[in-house]
Amino acid sequence: MTRLGLILSLLVLALFGAALVVGPASIGPVDSIVALIGGDGGASTLVVREIRLPRAILAALIGAGLGMAGAAMQGYLRNPLADPGLIGISGASALGAVIALQTGLAVQSGIGLPLAALTGALIGVLLVLALAGPRGSSLTLILAGIAISALAGALTSLVLNLSPNPFAANEIVFWMMGSLADRSMAHVWIAFPLILAGTVMLATLTRGLDALTLGEDAAEAMGLRLNRMRMILILGTATVVAGSTAVAGAIGFIGLVVPHILRPLVGARPGRLLWASALGGAAMLLASDLAVRILLPARDLKLGVVTALVGAPLFLHLIHRTRREGL
Amino acid sequence: MLRGLAWAAALIWPWAGAHADPSPARVVSINLCTDQLAMLIADTGQLVSVSHLATDPRSSAMVEQARAYPANSGLAEEIYLMQPDLVLAGEYGANATVDMLRRLDVPVLRFEQAYSLDDVRARMIQMGEVLGRQDRAAELVDRFDARLGDFQAEIAARPRAALYYANGYTLGDKSLAGQILTRAGFDNVAADIGYEGGGVLPLELLAMNIPDAVVTGQPYPGASRSEEIMDHPVVSVLRRQSATASVTDSDWVCGTPFVLDAVSQMTDLRQSLTADRP
Repeated sequence: MTRLGLILSLLVLALFGAALVVGPASIGPVDSIVALIGGDGGASTLVVREIRLPRAILAALIGAGLGMAGAAMQGYLRNPLADPGLIGISGASALGAVIALQTGLAVQSGIGLPLAALTGALIGVLLVLALAGPRGSSLTLILAGIAISALAGALTSLVLNLSPNPFAANEIVFWMMGSLADRSMAHVWIAFPLILAGTVMLATLTRGLDALTLGEDAAEAMGLRLNRMRMILILGTATVVAGSTAVAGAIGFIGLVVPHILRPLVGARPGRLLWASALGGAAMLLASDLAVRILLPARDLKLGVVTALVGAPLFLHLIHRTRREGL
Repeated sequence: MLRGLAWAAALIWPWAGAHADPSPARVVSINLCTDQLAMLIADTGQLVSVSHLATDPRSSAMVEQARAYPANSGLAEEIYLMQPDLVLAGEYGANATVDMLRRLDVPVLRFEQAYSLDDVRARMIQMGEVLGRQDRAAELVDRFDARLGDFQAEIAARPRAALYYANGYTLGDKSLAGQILTRAGFDNVAADIGYEGGGVLPLELLAMNIPDAVVTGQPYPGASRSEEIMDHPVVSVLRRQSATASVTDSDWVCGTPFVLDAVSQMTDLRQSLTADRP
């Protein structure tokens, strides 16, 4: 764990540094770092501190949160296909956020937007788990997720189509695919408390998740309270997803891909996988956001496009393997 | 059918047509900009309907006048039922409507967009010819020229300004808004960077060029992520001027004499900027 953790941490640090250095304004790497730390109040300071820094922080935060949430859900449900984006929690959270923005709730009160995103995410996760049943098989879980995703997506599009704002309807793609373009520190302050609270909640599950690998009966015999774990999982996941989606839209596949890649490296221990996936998720989202900026700098390519291009083939592979194993 | 052919001929040889044919008696406009030009120039009773955008204060400079006309939503069916002998449309858009009207033998004239103040003049003259109201158009052009002359005077220093709209869209010199800025005595930052027409200007480039003024668009009701960029801290830092002075409104949208109000608004902004400086 320590060596893997060290490697992943270094990777996150390197990508974070790169995120501060890459951008349409040609400021050299050294100048960028000087502008960030020194801060002479000039144009480069403005660019690095107000444009690149919030973007990099958000990528790391959201990636870590989504990676950890994916690992926790997969560990608890013992189902490799569980991912907050894939099973509709992100979509439901985006619906809450869109409603708050279009009704003016987000303007009236600073906590309107995050609160509505959280409500949406909670409803989403409760619905999916209720539909899929307590031990949800892969099939029912995915079916329930598709249903919730479709419904939330349709309602989000409806709200945006009904908006008096002519730009709103074009933003359906933002809410479905996610983007970090031109976010500011104000968005960091919306996302940070939620993602921090969510990851803290999920982190308390590490020992429980390890115990669960022995089976539910054995885990309960060891004094594990499954209902309580389930509650924390629901709350933690919803909180993380709400913080991410409220500011960056629904970014999919991070929670699916990262735990899957790291699982063999942590020796099939879901508790350890949580931390590894947080670091891995941060690295993956930072890398995706860098790719977006380097590949098509002027086009605001959506993050979901990059994560899906990586994630969807893996998803197909997982389904294929699940079928072969007859699960 | 004959009427249609006659008008088709008039569209190909507009001057010959204007002389050979009596002026159109029932004119319908389906484009915001032709709406306003027609309302300014048409004879009483000549203009039958204007588009519904003409009554939207966000985009139209002639809301009050437009309320006197029945509004259309630019659909072929309702236009046809108004039995127009000329339909005025814009250079772009409404392709399906225009094609359908032409199939139904309704003559449609597309007005080109105005990209400069000279274009504004030319459109007024063109509208005068199309409607057989050359005298009225000449009167407007004279007033336009006289007022434009007033802006030519004192321009000691040229501050640098950038137009910044939703999604980070900006406009260079080959645009009406860009020309308004230049005529008011500003250097357009987007033009300096190399934008000719419109395009997305990354926030980072805007910040690196440190304009003296950032002129943004009017926000629409409801929220949108596209417009959030105009409230980004970077834009706020760059916009030292009062928000009302540097917002584009309905005067900026169309090539009509109202663009001079926009030039005047920007001239005031420039004077307040240069007055602040030692």
